Amino acid sequence: MKPLYNFAFFDEGSKREVRRAVLKGIAIPGYQVPFASREMPIARGWGTGGLQITLTLVGRDDVLKVIDQGADESVNAVSIRKLIVGTTGIASTDDTAEATLIQSRHRIPEVPLTKGQTLVLQVPIPEPLRFVEPSEFATKRLHAEKEYSGAYLALFEEIMKYGRVSTGADHPVTVNGRYVMAPSPIPRFDNPKMNDSAALILLGAGREKKIYAVPPYTRVVSLDFEDHPFEVEDMGGKRCSLCGATGVFMDEIHEDSGAVRYQCNDSGFCLSRRGGGKGGEA
Amino acid sequence: MGYVAVKGGEAAIEASIERLKYERLKTGSFLSVEAVSGGMKALIDQVMSEGSLYDEGIAAIAIKQAAGSPEEAVFLVRAYRSTLPRKHYSIAAEPSSMRVERRVSACFKDIPGGQILGTSADYTHRLIDRGLCSETPEENESWLRDWNGREPEADPPEGSPSLDALPNVIGFLREEGLLPRLPIDDAEPHDVTKKALEFPTVRSERLQILTRGQTGAVTALGYAALRSYGALHPTVGELRVGMVAVYVANPSGDEDSTDDAYYVGEVRITEVESLVPVPVERGQGRTEIEFDIGYGACFGQNETKAIAMSILDQCLESGDKRYPTQDEEFVLMHVDSVEATGFISHLKLPHYVTFQSKLDAARRTRAREAGK
Repeated sequence: MKPLYNFAFFDEGSKREVRRAVLKGIAIPGYQVPFASREMPIARGWGTGGLQITLTLVGRDDVLKVIDQGADESVNAVSIRKLIVGTTGIASTDDTAEATLIQSRHRIPEVPLTKGQTLVLQVPIPEPLRFVEPSEFATKRLHAEKEYSGAYLALFEEIMKYGRVSTGADHPVTVNGRYVMAPSPIPRFDNPKMNDSAALILLGAGREKKIYAVPPYTRVVSLDFEDHPFEVEDMGGKRCSLCGATGVFMDEIHEDSGAVRYQCNDSGFCLSRRGGGKGGEA
Repeated sequence: MGYVAVKGGEAAIEASIERLKYERLKTGSFLSVEAVSGGMKALIDQVMSEGSLYDEGIAAIAIKQAAGSPEEAVFLVRAYRSTLPRKHYSIAAEPSSMRVERRVSACFKDIPGGQILGTSADYTHRLIDRGLCSETPEENESWLRDWNGREPEADPPEGSPSLDALPNVIGFLREEGLLPRLPIDDAEPHDVTKKALEFPTVRSERLQILTRGQTGAVTALGYAALRSYGALHPTVGELRVGMVAVYVANPSGDEDSTDDAYYVGEVRITEVESLVPVPVERGQGRTEIEFDIGYGACFGQNETKAIAMSILDQCLESGDKRYPTQDEEFVLMHVDSVEATGFISHLKLPHYVTFQSKLDAARRTRAREAGK
């Protein structure tokens, strides 16, 4: 990367502006703060919200981890890491425990995050009510009035239709008893990891120009009903064919023979288990 | 085992980028940036307009780098633009003092200053010109010498206004009282690149989003409004293309006056004012026809986009949400090239986790059906 660009790509004025939005987000957990999202050298919808947060927070001593759908080596994770490392010269790692700054798309690592770490999640659609109400003007109002019956009604309709809640990833959560928030398309499996997290969780939506946050040790509750409690994806009876882990989120691999086997989705976690065992049987 | 994109991402990316270069060079015929600048004026104008950056040189490099894809070129320009410090806002440029190169009105046959056809492909027949395959530099140079040596065929008629002081056609209608008299609104425009859009928007934000919009998207929505959704038939009061001077105020002088401001250059723009007839209730069952104005302006010569923009401007001013073309969220959130192409193209990214999660939900609903 030629020194045509500043440390971490942005000019300092832009960084300050994004940081202001981050601070406001931390001050109002779960509230979507609009910000002047910049066009980035990677495409809108490919993680520009997360990237803008990361680039404004990164310092020379940070150790970076970037994952896409659980994998450090996934093409988009490689591309984003290349850009951040290329414009900052900081160190990067696959090891969750070693990282100070983790940018992720659609997963929270299996290794529990610790105090002082920051997890930055890339968000495609930050508005949890978007599928019940297409208008931004209207949804802002619904949040202001804490009017979330639409979100519950959507879950209720699923129960009526399918006998159970059929949300996939991005199952909405209530943050700090106030705002309903889209946790970004993490699997339901990862929702509980947000609750009372020791690490700071920041969420950035570049195209939709919103930043929001879950500060450390904040209560995060997945939306559900008393008689239909929230359920994570069923990983029961599945064992990683590479490291033997159970009880973690698995990728389903279809062999040429037609057989199905499983493998840890969090590739950093899987590798560390095979490379001499950081983290035991989860 | 099938392809699992977990390891080897880095090497694959490097190889893919190399292939991109190979595809650009493989025929052995290399396009120079000068050739882009010289021969692709329309594309440069489009890229500058959608890229929201008036820099012909940067646009030309971007087009070469993008192998001619407007979507990629606009993306490059925008990403470059967002690293540029913005030190000044110009004084509002005044298109009535435009050095006009082309100007047509569909309202009146004869307008003061006259219709000026200028440069336009409108009346060409779209027949492939095979002659372009064999044109030689010598021929072209000699043609150019001829062109440059030509005398003007006729002097402009006595008393006609000069080309940088052509009165706006709309002005005549305003004098006649056919346009509503509105107070001058000199409110400082918002800057959509410095603050995220919030609804309801103000007009300066709408105009900025539209002028930065993807040409095809703005055209498609303008066409939808024209054809059926909220059917209206505007008339182009005036379309003009020409150079507009840009000034930055002298910090110690008058903020709005160009007298002691710094002249920083000129930009070519297309400006359109459309007239849309609307019924106005006058009470006691009496209805009169008045004209609304739709305004379009964009960098470069992008006439279809500017006209479509003027239609959408009027649509969004009316704001009748029965029609998607009059719903500001529907129009403004979806016309940006970088945003639309980015989000559509992200579907190429792996979705293993999200899909696995949906698969889990789907299997459970099936298990229930089977259990009935």
